[in-house]
Amino acid sequence: MTALTDLTIAGMKAGLAARDFSAAELTAAHLAAMEGARGLNAFIVETPDIATAQAAAADAALAKGEAKPLAGIPLGIKDLFCTKGVQTTAGSKILQGFIPQYESTVSGKLLADGAVMLGKLNMDEFAMGSSNETSAYGKVISPWKARDSDGLHSNRELVPGGSSGGSAAAVAARIAAGATGTDTGGSIRQPAAFVGISGIKPTYGRCSRWGVVAFASSLDQAGPMARTVDDCALLLTSMCGYDAKDSTSLNVPVPDFAALLTGDLRGKRVGVPKEYRLDGMDATIARLWDQGLEWLKAAGATIVDVSLPHTRYALPVYYIIAPAEASSNLARYDGVRYGLRVTPPGGNLADMYSATRAAGFGAEVKRRIMIGTYVLSAGFYDAYYTQAQKVRTLIAQDFERAWESCDLLLTPTAPSAAFAFGDKADPLAMYLNDVFTVPASLAGLPAMSVPAGLSPDGLPLGLQIIGKPLDEASVLNAGLAIERAAGFTARP
Amino acid sequence: MSVNDDTVRKIARLARIGIVETQVPALAGELSTILGWIEQLGEVDTTGVAPMTAVIPNHLAWRADVVNDGDIQAKVLANAPDATSGFFAVPKVIE
Repeated sequence: MTALTDLTIAGMKAGLAARDFSAAELTAAHLAAMEGARGLNAFIVETPDIATAQAAAADAALAKGEAKPLAGIPLGIKDLFCTKGVQTTAGSKILQGFIPQYESTVSGKLLADGAVMLGKLNMDEFAMGSSNETSAYGKVISPWKARDSDGLHSNRELVPGGSSGGSAAAVAARIAAGATGTDTGGSIRQPAAFVGISGIKPTYGRCSRWGVVAFASSLDQAGPMARTVDDCALLLTSMCGYDAKDSTSLNVPVPDFAALLTGDLRGKRVGVPKEYRLDGMDATIARLWDQGLEWLKAAGATIVDVSLPHTRYALPVYYIIAPAEASSNLARYDGVRYGLRVTPPGGNLADMYSATRAAGFGAEVKRRIMIGTYVLSAGFYDAYYTQAQKVRTLIAQDFERAWESCDLLLTPTAPSAAFAFGDKADPLAMYLNDVFTVPASLAGLPAMSVPAGLSPDGLPLGLQIIGKPLDEASVLNAGLAIERAAGFTARP
Repeated sequence: MSVNDDTVRKIARLARIGIVETQVPALAGELSTILGWIEQLGEVDTTGVAPMTAVIPNHLAWRADVVNDGDIQAKVLANAPDATSGFFAVPKVIE
C-alpha cells in the first residue's frame, strides 16, 4: 500500500471519502513525517495539537456526510499568514513572539474548508530572498541532493529556493500534502521549481491579502504549492475569493479550477517570448523549454513567437518598486505596538525606534528598506520611483500586445537548478535568479511552475506558464499537459 | 550613482535603522552597486507613458459609513511590548 504521505490531495480525498483511512490516521502520518524531517528546518512552529483536533473534527464531519472539500487534508501554512493564536513571525526576529488575534482570510478559508494545519513554515525574512538564507530562524535545507559525476549523491546541502522555501521543502519531502505560499517576484514559482513540485501565483487580486504580512503590496499574492497540478487547482479554489477587507481584492466569480482541468489545449496559442532566451542560457534548460513546447503542441496547442521588448528592465523596475513599498510597509515595526522592542539605556523614543529596527531586521531586509527609502527620498523620487512605474506600464503593455497573438506563454521558471548555500553571496547575483518570474508579477498575471525534468546532476527543473488576467484555468490546463507529458516521478 | 558615506548615514536616519560607523563603508559599496545597476532604467524612453497605478483594473469598493468593528482593546494591546492603563507605553518623549 502507498504510504499515506505519498498520496496526492485528490487521492487523500478519495481515501477519506471511502473511509480507507481516517483523517486522524492521515494527520498522524504527516506529524510523524514532520518529526522525522526536522533536520530540514522547514517549520518555525509545529502545531500537532491543533492538527489532531482539526483531524478529529474532519472525521466527525466525514462520518456525518458533511465533509467540506478539504476535510482532513494536512497542510503547512507559510509564516507570512497570520494565524489566530499561533506565533507568526514572517521569518523575522522583529516579530518573534507575535501571536495574531485574528486569522488571515486565505488561511481562514482553507481551515473553513476542513483543512488541517500542521504548522507554520519557515521562509526568507519578510519574503525577501530567493534561497531561504535570510530567515531569522535558520535556513531551510532542500530534501534534494545533487549527484556527482560518479552518480553518488553529494553531501552538499542545497537551497530550497525562496521565499516560500519551507513550503517547498515540506511538500517535496512529503511532510505536508500541500502548502500556502506567497509570491511577490517569484517566491512560489522558483522554490517549486527547485524542489520538483507545482505552484501557482494567481492573478493579482484573486487571493485576499488581508492578514498576510505585507512586503510589496502592489505585487504580493498568495497561492498554493502541491505535488500535482490537480492538487494546486483544488487548493486554489479554496483560497480565492472576494474579500471586502482587502481594497485590491477582485469581486469576480471563482471557478471550480479542478473541474475545468482537461489537459486538452486544442485551439490554444502558446507564445514563446524571444527575450527570455538569454545569452549563455543553460543548455539543459534551453532543451527542456523546447521539449515543453513540443509537449504543448502534442496536446493540441499551436506555438507562436512573440516579443516582450522591455523584459530586460523588469528586474531593475522590481528592485525599485518592491523595496520602495517595503520601506513603507515595514515602517510599522517600531517597537511600539507589537514585536521586539530595544531601548538603549537613557534612550528616547527615536533611539528606541532605531535600536529596535537595528536589532530586529536582518541584513537583506535593512538593505531593501534603505534602497526603498533612498528611491523615495526628496530629489530622487521622480528619477527612480516614477520612472520605474512608467517602465512597469510598458512591461504590462508588452504582455497585452502579446495576448493579441497568443493565449499563454511558456518559459523556464529559473535560470538554473537549485544552488548550494553561500553560492550567491552577492545580492545582485541573487536578484538575477528571479529574471523569468518577475515580469509576470509586475503585470499582475497568473503564472505557475510545473516540474518538467532533471538537470545533469539530477536536480529538478521547472517550466513556467504565464496566462492572461483571471485565466488561471488555462494556465492550470497547460500545466496539466506538461505534467502528463513529462511524467516527472523523481523524488528527493 | 555612487552613494557616499554621508548619504548612507542620511538614509539610515530616515529609515530609523541604527547603524554603527564601521558598517557605513560596506553599505555604501553595496548600495552603490545595486543603484548603479538600477540606473539602466534611465535609458528607457517613457515620454507620454503614464506611471502604473493599478496592475489589474479595479474599482475601489465603497461601504456604508458605519462603525463595524471595535471594542477589542485587549486584543489590540495583546502583543504590545509595554501596555499601561489601556495604552501603548513608550519612553518619555518630552523632558
